[in-house]
Amino acid sequence: MRGWFLPLAVVLGFVFLYAPIVSLVVFSFNDSRLVTVWGGVSTRWYGELLRDRQIINAAWISLQVAFYSATLATIIGTLGAFVLTRFSKFTGRLVLTAMITAPLVMPEVITGLSLLLLFVSMEQMVGWPAGRGMPTVVIAHTTFCAAFVAVIAQSRLRSMDDSLEEAARDLGAGPVRVFFDVTLPVIAPALVAGWLLAFTLSLDDLVIASFVSGPGASTLPMVIFSKIRLGVSPDVNALATIIIGFVLIAVVIAGWLMRRAMRKGL
Amino acid sequence: MSAGNALTRSAPWRGTAWAMGKLGISGRTLVIAIPMLWLLVFFLAPFFVLGRISLAEAIIARPPYTPLFERGPDGSLQIIASLENYRFLLEDALYRNAYLSSIRIALVSTIFALLIGYPIAYYIARAPEPKRSLLLLMVILPFWTSFLLRVYAWMGFLRSNGVINNTLISLGLIDSPIQMMQTDFAVYIGIVYTYLPFMILPLYANLTKLDGALLEAAADLGASPMVTFFTVTLPLSLPGIVAGSMLVFIPAIGEYVIPALLGGPDTLMIGRVLWDEFFGSRDWPVASAVAIVMLFLVVAPIMWLQSVQNRREEG
Repeated sequence: MRGWFLPLAVVLGFVFLYAPIVSLVVFSFNDSRLVTVWGGVSTRWYGELLRDRQIINAAWISLQVAFYSATLATIIGTLGAFVLTRFSKFTGRLVLTAMITAPLVMPEVITGLSLLLLFVSMEQMVGWPAGRGMPTVVIAHTTFCAAFVAVIAQSRLRSMDDSLEEAARDLGAGPVRVFFDVTLPVIAPALVAGWLLAFTLSLDDLVIASFVSGPGASTLPMVIFSKIRLGVSPDVNALATIIIGFVLIAVVIAGWLMRRAMRKGL
Repeated sequence: MSAGNALTRSAPWRGTAWAMGKLGISGRTLVIAIPMLWLLVFFLAPFFVLGRISLAEAIIARPPYTPLFERGPDGSLQIIASLENYRFLLEDALYRNAYLSSIRIALVSTIFALLIGYPIAYYIARAPEPKRSLLLLMVILPFWTSFLLRVYAWMGFLRSNGVINNTLISLGLIDSPIQMMQTDFAVYIGIVYTYLPFMILPLYANLTKLDGALLEAAADLGASPMVTFFTVTLPLSLPGIVAGSMLVFIPAIGEYVIPALLGGPDTLMIGRVLWDEFFGSRDWPVASAVAIVMLFLVVAPIMWLQSVQNRREEG
């Protein structure tokens, strides 16, 4: 029984993972408006997609939000992780530990709603932020992405060899020089991974952005959601195919870079 | 000259350091303060606002809820707060059912994810090296494409004139399309599909650590592969099963997008109820009360469980 059961289960598992994606790509080249009825090969939906100002604008907003959020989240997440791994005692250590990991288990609807209510109350009390838009989305994304960066940075900081930092201190470097000249270069690959994860998470978020965004700042997932809510739409298939293409290219480049780095290392 | 050296010698840096010294703020305090203040303001404070608005009443105004303080006719300050919204949640069966059905849907999906994910994780953990990395990459790859578009892919698959029904009809297996979209079944598929990598990765990490000598010993002592699996492999992989199940169950419970796109009008999930209360009925105070109850019933037990687990690992 073991002979055929396991491979069969694995093959079916991968069919389950890939069949919907393959069909998504195939039907993006379909001429028919009925997404799942074949009407001949065509690229008309790609043309329509590129002429859709709403989608292009939303994609640009999403990329900007993702860039700013990922950068801010990397700074805040790294500082948080650094403080928690390097300073053993300070006031509020327990609070910071809880606050930095809690966003990981917080349902998105709660994060979104509570941040929106905060922004509304702050606007009433101190007049900032005036209305909602890109800045509020960046703040919201930074907050939940920082948790992911902190987890990655913390595990790297813990596994790092302490004697490097100690040696630098013994040689007379101040804490700032130790951080920028020793700690940062060592943990840099983990921070790049954290930044990329934060960038992807921000690009992907629909729920939190829907709560805290304002008029004129609809992100790409918000626009896609309003389109597909009413049913399937072929230009979304074209958009999905483009995104899948980008991911594949990125994976191939990353794989090639890693292989080259490994060969150099050997 | 190194980056750190250049930085500490630059004029703006020295100026800031001098000013901070005058104010009695050490560099250490500043480094702690940045993440601390950010999270206090944008993570902790929102929950107090949420709690306070859950005690207000919905009104037609901007913002659409009653203020906490009001000047009485004699000029005294009065606090307006009521537990009315919570009483409403208790009395209306919709909310109770939504909580229970979220837990049910998340649980069923987690079990399916485990049943599908376990054989894959096991197979990858046993595979020889170049194949192993490739399979692992193939598990993670769909995760990098947009979450929304992966759910959308299933809409095209499950629709009554979707890929599955069209195939079955053209093969002559069925005469009329099966209703799959807008059912709980579609929601299970959506959740399992979205979170499957979260199940496979911890299981894989656990199963690769499994000592092959134990399996050999069991076989030498006459256990069949089935018996070995159920008495040795499965119990030893329990931590992986728990970790993977948590990673699927936790996000599934508050899920909004999957039930909204794949579920029917009667697919009740608490995340969706909260969303509709906020965007549909525009009742901010009731939405806040739903969120507070969700926080205590769902998030608090999970965080407690995690801290227990962490302590056990440390001890």
